Amino acid sequence: MNQAVQAAAPAAKRKPKETGVPDNKKFLHPSLEKNYGNWKYHDRPRPGVLHHVSHSGDQVWSVRAGTQRQMDIYTIRKLCDIADTFAEGRVRFTIRSNIEFIVSDESKVAPLITELESNGFPVGGTGNSVTMIAHTQGWLHCDIPGTDASGVVKALMDELYDEFRREEMPNRVHLSTSCCEINCGGQADIAIIVQHTKPPVINHDLVANVCERPTVVARCPVAAIRPAMVNGKPSLEIDESKCMCCGACYPPCPPMQINDPENSKLAIWVGGKNSNARGKPTFMKMVASGLPNNAPRWPEVADAVKNIISVYKEDARPWERMADWIDRIGWPRFFEKTGLPFTKYLIDDWRGSRANLNASTHIRF
Amino acid sequence: MAKQMHDTPNLDQLEDGPWPSFVTGLKELAKDKDYVVDLLGQLEESYKTRKGYWKGGTVGVFGYGGGVIPRFTELKNEDGTPKFKDAAEFHTLRIMPPAGMHYDTATLRQFCDIWDRHGSGLIAFHGQSGDIMFQGATTENVQKAFDELNEMGFDLGGAGPAVRTSMSCVGAARCEQSCYDEAKTHRAVINTFLDDIHRPSLPYKFKFKFSGCPNDCMNSVQRADMAVIGTWRDNIRTDEALAKTWFAKHGMDELVNDIVARCPTKTFQVKELKKIKTGEHISTVAVSDTHGIEINNQDCVRCMHCINVMTGALAPGNDKGATVLVGGKSHLKIGGLMGTVVIPFIKLDTDENLEKLVDFAQRTIDFFAENALEHERTGEMIERIGLANFLDAMELDVDPAMVNSPRMNPYVRTDGWDDEVAKINAKKQSA
Repeated sequence: MNQAVQAAAPAAKRKPKETGVPDNKKFLHPSLEKNYGNWKYHDRPRPGVLHHVSHSGDQVWSVRAGTQRQMDIYTIRKLCDIADTFAEGRVRFTIRSNIEFIVSDESKVAPLITELESNGFPVGGTGNSVTMIAHTQGWLHCDIPGTDASGVVKALMDELYDEFRREEMPNRVHLSTSCCEINCGGQADIAIIVQHTKPPVINHDLVANVCERPTVVARCPVAAIRPAMVNGKPSLEIDESKCMCCGACYPPCPPMQINDPENSKLAIWVGGKNSNARGKPTFMKMVASGLPNNAPRWPEVADAVKNIISVYKEDARPWERMADWIDRIGWPRFFEKTGLPFTKYLIDDWRGSRANLNASTHIRF
Repeated sequence: MAKQMHDTPNLDQLEDGPWPSFVTGLKELAKDKDYVVDLLGQLEESYKTRKGYWKGGTVGVFGYGGGVIPRFTELKNEDGTPKFKDAAEFHTLRIMPPAGMHYDTATLRQFCDIWDRHGSGLIAFHGQSGDIMFQGATTENVQKAFDELNEMGFDLGGAGPAVRTSMSCVGAARCEQSCYDEAKTHRAVINTFLDDIHRPSLPYKFKFKFSGCPNDCMNSVQRADMAVIGTWRDNIRTDEALAKTWFAKHGMDELVNDIVARCPTKTFQVKELKKIKTGEHISTVAVSDTHGIEINNQDCVRCMHCINVMTGALAPGNDKGATVLVGGKSHLKIGGLMGTVVIPFIKLDTDENLEKLVDFAQRTIDFFAENALEHERTGEMIERIGLANFLDAMELDVDPAMVNSPRMNPYVRTDGWDDEVAKINAKKQSA
């Protein structure tokens, strides 16, 4: 806490109650509490609705709707009004920032959907749909962002709106965006991640005062940073022949500016899957880069993502996730069908990369 | 009424289109709050220049060392004063949600009222680590907001080199695939580490995530330093009525192409009823008057696919528990790592069994605190020292379920081989 604030704080300070994670029992929908651990099966009567049946015979319908995640209090109060009217005053959120209303009376499902959609909340995101994009903070709040998060997501979800409200994909499609290469948005079937293309620009006047230099040197994955005297001041210099522009030095040393309006590009990655269903979990792979950071609506990114989604939708078989589909058709066909150029930058040369090379004659012609 | 809005031609374009717009929401808030008027001003500047303008700092609440993300504007006039002075400080409070992210509306309304009084009025449900993010408070108001949220029974989450806020799936509350009590386990583990959450002093962050089944809806294998993923040891359960209902609707083509062909170990077979085998490890169920399913559970890897497709007709067994994987993380610094199996199966059905998991978590954190290098995640530490050394320190027995295959090179010193065999045999005999 800075000095000024400490001075202004009242003499008797309130000690925090170190309560940790609250018990969720009192927040559960009554039917969920009653049937806790006793569910038998579920089905999906329509996109956006899950129907769960308990061994006790009880049934609940969960209606899922998209939100903007960064919500103003008026939006939250509106969602509360809807929950009070239809869903016994309870809601829950999914990992992808969708909201769920749970009702134990089937006759409330249709009017609840009407109420949500008439207030601008799309109902969907279940099963084999394109669901809401997991995302980060971006220009709104992050201290190291290469791009925005909420804005990219808003622009993309406008384009994917129909696919959110339908279940017409071969399997579920998870998307994520990340505003730097740290990838807080996480693994997904399709991910959009900032990819810097130039080494950081160093403000040598500030490095000595702002950065703990050994920490910054240690942070570089390719040992490209070394201490140096510049203009008579202790600073850092970069071996630009080694630097791969990841930006890892920027958080511990803000005078090493990695973000650039033109040279910070966007890359597209595909085939991440956390589920163990069918194959083991997979990491996503980079398939395109060099897309411009074209705020406020990122049309080039939207086109690239929509193209991959439409090829996948057309070509994959039922239950194939993006990774399963590419496993079947192979990478040459993936690049052929999507029309994406396979450049030398997509051949992995990081540690362990030989395992990613084709050591066989298995080739689809 | 707040002061006049800045022109926001870029942000205005994010009000078009059918998806809910955060810009529209911010503008609603800006009607009453100069704070948000200036926030929109700064955000518009970022859209214009394609640069971020927040820097970190040190802001917290009394008694804790973390949990608040400080943000000060870097957009300054030539005289050093903030260009958007009412949004010069825009700190976030990370608040830990209830497991499964369930809420009643009274609680959400109270959140709104508190954040209307002390903050910007912007709340994210939820951040990528699972926190409720109360975004935008001045340094002065952080403590006031926290005090009120804390009195409601909510506590700050983690930030920095600390145990972080955790996430668990909807699980037993509404999912038939749940293999343990995710919420109870989540709470038991995380609330053991409140000191390590609130007072960051680890080498780097440590994340736990809890998924109730191998579908891993919390994405724990790729994101958590310790992933607790539900599974089961006995046979897949079956329900003939639901199996026949499924088959009547979907037919033989889907059964063969969508399930048989997609079983990763080909242990799922469709046969004429008269040819179906039975046995201790075999699950069977008729789907019609002529055909049925036969699953040899010893060959099943619990991938969930057939259960996902035929929910209810097939279900996880009764001998439930979890697999624990350690070391998942994202790119920095050595590249993405998945968690790897360190406990193939642990029962979590009693308080005593739960205590064993908590104890393992405690020993892992202690080992991490003592042995990881600065800014090194658990997975990187294990890569550096080798899994065998980590298992040894954790007093875990080695198990072939921990590897994809045994070693493929001879570069290991094996003069302890006979001793290891003797230990394994002694353990077998005493079991």
